[in-house]
Amino acid sequence: MTTAAPLLPPADWRDFLALTKPRVMTLVVFTGLCGMLAAPAHVDPVIGFTAILCIALGAGAAGALNQWYEADLDAVMRRTRNRPLPDGRMDRQAALHFGVGLSAFSVILMGLAVNLAAAAILLLSILFYVLVYTVWLKRRTPQNIVIGGAAGAFPPLIGWAAATGGVAWLPFLLFLLVFLWTPPHFWALALFVKTDYAAAGVPMLPVVAGERATRRAVGIYTAWMALVAIAPWPLGLAGWIYGAASVVLTALFAVLAGWVAARTQGADDAMKPEKRLFAYSILYLFLLFGALVADRWVLP
Amino acid sequence: MKPDLDRSDLIRKRQQGRAIVMGLLLGALVLLIFAVTISKIRMGMH
Repeated sequence: MTTAAPLLPPADWRDFLALTKPRVMTLVVFTGLCGMLAAPAHVDPVIGFTAILCIALGAGAAGALNQWYEADLDAVMRRTRNRPLPDGRMDRQAALHFGVGLSAFSVILMGLAVNLAAAAILLLSILFYVLVYTVWLKRRTPQNIVIGGAAGAFPPLIGWAAATGGVAWLPFLLFLLVFLWTPPHFWALALFVKTDYAAAGVPMLPVVAGERATRRAVGIYTAWMALVAIAPWPLGLAGWIYGAASVVLTALFAVLAGWVAARTQGADDAMKPEKRLFAYSILYLFLLFGALVADRWVLP
Repeated sequence: MKPDLDRSDLIRKRQQGRAIVMGLLLGALVLLIFAVTISKIRMGMH
């Protein structure tokens, strides 16, 4: 005879929505949309809308599977302990079924309604985020965010592929840009929530290598990111609107990152420069991708 | 007796909420597939 676990009432639909990490999805959808709008191809509005919907659903599915796998970690971190699974508002099986079902649905819909190239890259991005980042890297190496960052870099490629049926140098540079932007963005966050990650046993760089090494890494990755961010302009892949925006916005990013890289945490430090870099890094990506679209649509 | 009633009320309420959301999503999916089909036919005509 087995002892049955106490049954939870069915989860509220809002908890399923929370499982998709809607705030993270905003940036994913925006970069995907910009990748599509920057492509030199006419996209039917309905097909374009469907492609963006599929990117959003795929990102939501990956977020749900991430929360399914990391429920134990989320339970010990202040930032995440109120999520539906650690808070006991949903059972893990429901989250798993939801994540797998949504993943399959988003990829199949993309393949049928848009094209196979976009569907293949969407599938790759979901598998990369769930298997490579969440399952393999996150608990094993402080470089988790470096390699795992590729998962969040796929949307511009997917958007471009949805419009053109293939990929080119510009979306590849956009992929590289988001890939190199991810470490300074997350390490700025990790610097001010270090104790949370340490309590959860996640080997984030500040926990494993220390604050000094993390600050140096923020500086190094920002330098590489700056090169890639500005590159489309001199390479002739984007016009002066993107060029001017990338120089100004990246210079400000470099100043904020340089400040974080150069300073040392004091006693009772409110970590304002790190918080400022984290907040600006989100705005930076929105503005830079927006400039790319403006460049494509405003310039002849 | 009261907690059981509260629990079954909660279950009903959540089931109802999920059924409404699922119904709306399925309706939206039907409309989307219809619109995609029309777009594909139109694209094929050009």
